[in-house]
Amino acid sequence: MKIQLTNGHLVDPAHDIDQPQDLFIADGKVAAIGRAPDGFVADRSIDASGQVVCPGLVDLSARLREPGFEYLATLESEMEAAMAGGVTSLAIPPDTDPPLDEPGLVEMLCYRAKKLNRAHVYPVGALTERLEGKRLSEMAELVDAGCVAFSQANHPIHDTQVLFCALQYAATFGYRVWLQPITPHFAQEGVAHDGEVATRLGLPGIPTAAETIALFSYIELARMTGAKLHITRLSSAEGLALVRAAKAEGLDITCDVSINHLHLSDMDIGYFNAHCRLNPPLRSQRDRDALQSGLAEGDIDALCSNHSPVDDDGKQLPFSEAEAGATGLELLLPLALKWGQQRGLGLIDILRRVTINPARIIGSKAGQLSVGSRADICIFDPQGETTVNRSTLRSQGKNTPFLGLNLPGRVSYTLVEGQLMFGRID
Amino acid sequence: MFNPQLNAHGELQHLLSLDGLPREILTAILDTAAPFTEVAEREIKKLPILRGKSIFNLFFENSTRTRTTFEIAAKRLSADVINLNVATSSTNKGETLLDTVDNLCAMQADMFVVRHASSGAPYLIAEHLRATDRHDIHVINAGDGRHAHPTQGLLDMYTIRHYKQDFTKLVVAIVGDVLHSRVARSQIAALTTLGVPEVRVIGPKTLMPTGLDKLGVRVFHDMREGLRDVDVVMMLRLQNERMNGPLLPSGQEFFKVWGLTPDKLALARPDAIVMHPGPMNRGVEIDSTVADGAQAVILPQVTFGIAVRMAVMSMLGRG
Repeated sequence: MKIQLTNGHLVDPAHDIDQPQDLFIADGKVAAIGRAPDGFVADRSIDASGQVVCPGLVDLSARLREPGFEYLATLESEMEAAMAGGVTSLAIPPDTDPPLDEPGLVEMLCYRAKKLNRAHVYPVGALTERLEGKRLSEMAELVDAGCVAFSQANHPIHDTQVLFCALQYAATFGYRVWLQPITPHFAQEGVAHDGEVATRLGLPGIPTAAETIALFSYIELARMTGAKLHITRLSSAEGLALVRAAKAEGLDITCDVSINHLHLSDMDIGYFNAHCRLNPPLRSQRDRDALQSGLAEGDIDALCSNHSPVDDDGKQLPFSEAEAGATGLELLLPLALKWGQQRGLGLIDILRRVTINPARIIGSKAGQLSVGSRADICIFDPQGETTVNRSTLRSQGKNTPFLGLNLPGRVSYTLVEGQLMFGRID
Repeated sequence: MFNPQLNAHGELQHLLSLDGLPREILTAILDTAAPFTEVAEREIKKLPILRGKSIFNLFFENSTRTRTTFEIAAKRLSADVINLNVATSSTNKGETLLDTVDNLCAMQADMFVVRHASSGAPYLIAEHLRATDRHDIHVINAGDGRHAHPTQGLLDMYTIRHYKQDFTKLVVAIVGDVLHSRVARSQIAALTTLGVPEVRVIGPKTLMPTGLDKLGVRVFHDMREGLRDVDVVMMLRLQNERMNGPLLPSGQEFFKVWGLTPDKLALARPDAIVMHPGPMNRGVEIDSTVADGAQAVILPQVTFGIAVRMAVMSMLGRG
């Protein structure tokens, strides 16, 4: 199948391209940019007038809820959401049931995903068996099965000796360890940022120190072991400052922020809005502002959806009983654009945070377009709008704090390996 | 901004919290309560205001005392009262909170009095009623988690007004476990809304939530300093399970430092009143000499509590 994308505006941050260019696809790969290769006859032509053509988005955290939580979502439903959101590469956290701690499970996930033939999946393996923080997982075997990194998701290791050894072992192979900064045995009953809002609403608080204490120890252990770290879902200004300092020191450390924490604060909890029950908690407006600046200045490498579908039964509960999480795959691009518009950034700077930067963190060649590279492409209308409501969301999880909003940008087409997987016909 | 407690005319639709309630409505409730105090003095302690209305006491957390005061208030207004201790009933069989509410709505409930261990549970019910267009059903929060206990706050305000008349010249101290106290949060909201110029909270740092000063109160850790020249002392109950653990070493030590004793009370104004929401822990937060002394108004609080709850129910039931 040969496809040509004509009259579009090509934006590829990896190669500093931001100009009108046609794109030619053959055999699932980019065949040429600008001028058609000799003898190229397209089977299909897509007119991208007024549209932006960019690499398919790369998301550092998408919970597809398989295996174990199929009542919340399935690979099928969430892959459709990814396609509708222009997201063509997904890193999958290991907190499935059972967790991704053995090669067979990882192979099964990769096999199921491949059969569906939608987004590419990049499993993040469990750092310890069953995520229990006691025994190391078989990291080398898991990498052979397809894992790109290791993580504990939201289950911090309580025993510092085990964490130290896990980082040493991962560093032996040069694997990157992704850690969510959570201090064990601290603020365990907390459900909201420990501040004025939680105090007023009588919600048990989670102090910022729950993030910073963990970061202090992670960074010190990285210094000792030489492990490569990726800090997931930063939530506070203080946490960001610690990561910034660690980077300045020369440690190999990257980090991301979620779309929710980039745009929202604890004020959005309003009258106990359970959509704002998230992990980590939404913090103050000052924290939110710091995260927005940190992403713009490059201290935060990537923006992710932290896609965690939760059903209505999990949300229609009092705030502290509600399940944490929100759907996000279909909001990643619009919320990246919204952030960029607010800060006056160009498309190349905005899209860098959702394409090439996250691709580098997972060590993938995705997130960029050059001749010979996989033709994973997102085509979107920058003037269009995405309306977030329960009927338009394709994800099985219909819950997000952004329900009811109109957000900038609208995905028109998504291609994976040169095949049209999503097209919006108006 | 949308206020889930008010209807489109700005009238009380539900009583969920005193935080965010306009001063006019607070005052109107206190004014409405005043004549109801006389009903208890009559030979027939009943008014026909809520005749034919069904009020469901929906208690997801056990509390005989609070439930009883609501029951008495409803019965004095001639309503039919149905008591449900959901703590020992259907939610244990897996029914969700909103399923329980839907079932009771199908039984033609007019009002829910809700007690729940989770902050915000009555908001969830009120929002569900709004979303399902059941605007004729009202919710009264009878205590939710650490968040609010608005009728307790109102009866406290009624008591203060009864003894001190003018809120705008008072210094009020709230003493004890503010961190876990829905009563304290409702008191702070009401006192600041009604114009009390100085609200103090007194207790150890382990029992003070973050950002308390932003709620318009002065925080004291030294009880003697905090009680100096106050007009009203409001003691809070210390739950047994908080007495020994990471928050406090023991009930005895708490009593020694923050228990209200005659010598500490002597630092307050000579005409200061002493309040407590009950049930009291004598010898933990309050000395018996004080609890039974001339300055204590703890039993009148209970009596006023019936009138205040009648006022809230009658205002909601009229709509």
